[in-house]
Amino acid sequence: MRSVTKLRIKRGSSGEASRYDVFEVPYEEGMSVLDALRWVRVHEDSTLAIRYSCINANACKTCVALVNGEVEYTCMVKLTPALITVEPLPKRHLIRDLVTDIVPDDENL
Amino acid sequence: MYAAIAAARAGATVLLVDKGQIGRGGATVMAQMTVAAALAEEEPDSAALHLEDTIKAGRGICNEELAGLVCAEGPKRIREMEEWGTRWAREGDRIKQAMAPGHSVKRCCYVDFLNTGPAVAATLRRKIAEFPKIRRISNLAVVEVLARDGRAMGAIALDLRNGQLLTIDARAVVLAAGGLTKLYARNSASANMGGEAYALALWAGAELVDMEFVQFFPIGHLAPRLVGMDPIMWDPFRYKLGGKLLNGQFEEFIDRYGSTDFGQYNATRDIAAYAILKEVEAGRGTQHGGAYLDFRHIRENDLRAAFGPVIDRLLANGIDLSRMPVEVGPMAHYHMGGIRVDMNMRTRIEGLYAAGEAVGGSNGANRLSGNAITEAFVFGERAGCAAADYAKVSGRDRDQKFAEANATQLDHFSGNSDDNGIAPIALQTELQKLMWELAGPFRTGEKLTAAQARITEIKNTQLRHLRFGSERQFNLDVQDGFELRVMVTAAEAVVHAALARTESRGAHQREDFPLTDYQLIKNQVLELRDGEVVCRWAQPVRLDRSQVEKPFEQ
Repeated sequence: MRSVTKLRIKRGSSGEASRYDVFEVPYEEGMSVLDALRWVRVHEDSTLAIRYSCINANACKTCVALVNGEVEYTCMVKLTPALITVEPLPKRHLIRDLVTDIVPDDENL
Repeated sequence: MYAAIAAARAGATVLLVDKGQIGRGGATVMAQMTVAAALAEEEPDSAALHLEDTIKAGRGICNEELAGLVCAEGPKRIREMEEWGTRWAREGDRIKQAMAPGHSVKRCCYVDFLNTGPAVAATLRRKIAEFPKIRRISNLAVVEVLARDGRAMGAIALDLRNGQLLTIDARAVVLAAGGLTKLYARNSASANMGGEAYALALWAGAELVDMEFVQFFPIGHLAPRLVGMDPIMWDPFRYKLGGKLLNGQFEEFIDRYGSTDFGQYNATRDIAAYAILKEVEAGRGTQHGGAYLDFRHIRENDLRAAFGPVIDRLLANGIDLSRMPVEVGPMAHYHMGGIRVDMNMRTRIEGLYAAGEAVGGSNGANRLSGNAITEAFVFGERAGCAAADYAKVSGRDRDQKFAEANATQLDHFSGNSDDNGIAPIALQTELQKLMWELAGPFRTGEKLTAAQARITEIKNTQLRHLRFGSERQFNLDVQDGFELRVMVTAAEAVVHAALARTESRGAHQREDFPLTDYQLIKNQVLELRDGEVVCRWAQPVRLDRSQVEKPFEQ
C-alpha cells in the first residue's frame, strides 16, 4: 500500500549553524529510513550527505545515525506515517548533514 | 584486501584505498552464500573436476587458464582463510560442503547463518591490520589511473572528506573495484560498483573481455520489502530446503523451458532467469513482475532448524514462510566480463593488475555459483604477489607535471557546476532504468541500438552539464558525477559487445538470435581507440587439462 510520510533531517557542516529540513516521502509498507533518504537524494535534494553502502543487507554497518533520538542503522528502521527525525550521531565529529567521522582513525588521511 | 595482504607479505609497501569504508562495501560483504573449492571434505573431488564443472557452466568460452587457477588454488586460499580466523561451518573435524547447481559434487563451504561474506570480510580486515606496511585510507575514490606510454604510474583520487583531487605515486596498481551491477535498476549489489575497474582500465589503455555477459541472478528478492538481508538470500534456502518456484497462477513452470526443478534446486541460473521472465512476459507473473518462491509445504520446525535466527529476521520484516510465498525475480548480480589479464593478473599496461570480479574471462558466459569469492581470494593473492614482484624491479617513474595536468583536467569536470543541469544521481537513475530495459536479461538489436544512442547522448552532452552542490565536505554530487562518468563507459562497453554477439549464449540472451552459434565459440576483446570502444574476436584460452593439479584428491 502506498502512503506518504515526513522526514525531518538535521543539516549542516561542522562549525556552522545547523538547520532542519522536512521532506515528504512516498513509501510502501516495509520501506526503510535509508530508502527514504536515498529517495530524497534522487528526487528532492541530491546535496544531502549520507553514508551507506550495502543498501539492504545490514552488512556494511555504515548507515548509522540518530533516528527519533536513538542510535540506529537507518536501513533497519521501517517508515511509519508518523514524522521521523534523523540526525547525525551526537558523539562523533560531524562532517556534514548525517555524515560523521565513523572511520577508524588510522584510515583517515 | 587479499591482494594487499599478498603484496605486503611479499615485502611491498601498500596503499589500500576505498571510496567507501575499507572492507565494508563492494560485493564480498554482501555474499551471504557459499564458496566453491575442491576441498574433498564431504566426498572425493579434485581441481580437475571443479574445472570441468566451471567450463561447462561457462558455455565453452571460459579462459581455461584463469578458471584452472581458481580451481587449483581455491582450496589453499580457503584453508589459509581458516588459519586467519574464518570459521567455516564444520561437522566434527571436516568442513561442511553443500551441493549447489552446476556442481557435480558437494563442494560449497559457508559460514553460518548466511554470514559467509561478512565473516570473510572481517577476517581480511583483521589480517590487514597486522601489516604495518599496509596503509589504509577510506573515503578516497580513485577516479583515474595515471598511465603513459603503456605504463601505470599511480592514480588520481577524490578525497570525499574535503572534495580535493589527490595524485598518488605507485610503482604498481591493482584494480580490485569489483563489477558493474550498479548499472542496472534491479540489482543485488551494494552501492559501490558502477564498473569503476573496467572504465579505469580502459582509459589507461588496457583491454576488457566478455563485457556482454552480465549474470542475472534468477531469484533475487522482490517483495515484500525486506531489509537486513542480502536480496539473493533465497539461494541457500533452496540448497537446504528446495522450495517451489511457481508462476503468478501458482503453477510450476521450469519444465516448460527445458529443465527440471520440482521443489528441488536443479535449474542453472540462466535457464531459471529466462523461465521467470518469459512467464512474466506471457502475463503469468506476480504483482512485482517475478515468480513466487513457496516454502509453505515445509514444516516450521524444519525451517527453523535450517535457518534459526534468519527466520526471526524474516518475521521482523512481516514475512512468515509457513504462511506466505515471497516474490522473486532476476536481478543483476555479477559480471563475468572484465579486465583482460594473464595468469599473473597482468594487463597489457605495464604495472597495472586486476583482481577479483574486475578480472574477465574465467567464468565464460555464465558463472558457476560459489566461484566468485573463490576467485576474489585466488586472483587477489596472485595479483598482490605479481604487483609486489614488479614493484621491486621497476624504477620509480614519477612525473609530477603529467600527474598534475591530469588532475587539473579532472578538476574541470567536477569544478564546473551547471546550475541548470541535472544532478548526477538523477542521471544515474535514468541510466540504470535504461540498461535494465534495453540491455538486461533479454536483448534485441533494436533495444541495444536505442540504448547505445542514449548512452552516446549522455556522454556527449549531459555529462558536460552536471549540477554539483557547492559544499566541500562529503559532496556526494561530485562523487556521483565521477561515478556516472565511469558508468557511462561501462554501459557503452556492455552494449557494444552485446550488439556484436548475434547469438544467445549463457547469460547473454538475444531474442532476435535465440540460438547458440557454434561459429561464435569465441571471446570479444574490447579496447578504446580515439575515445571509442572497439571490439574484436579472439579464440578462447585453452588449457591442457592434464596440467591442472590434483593435490587435494582423496
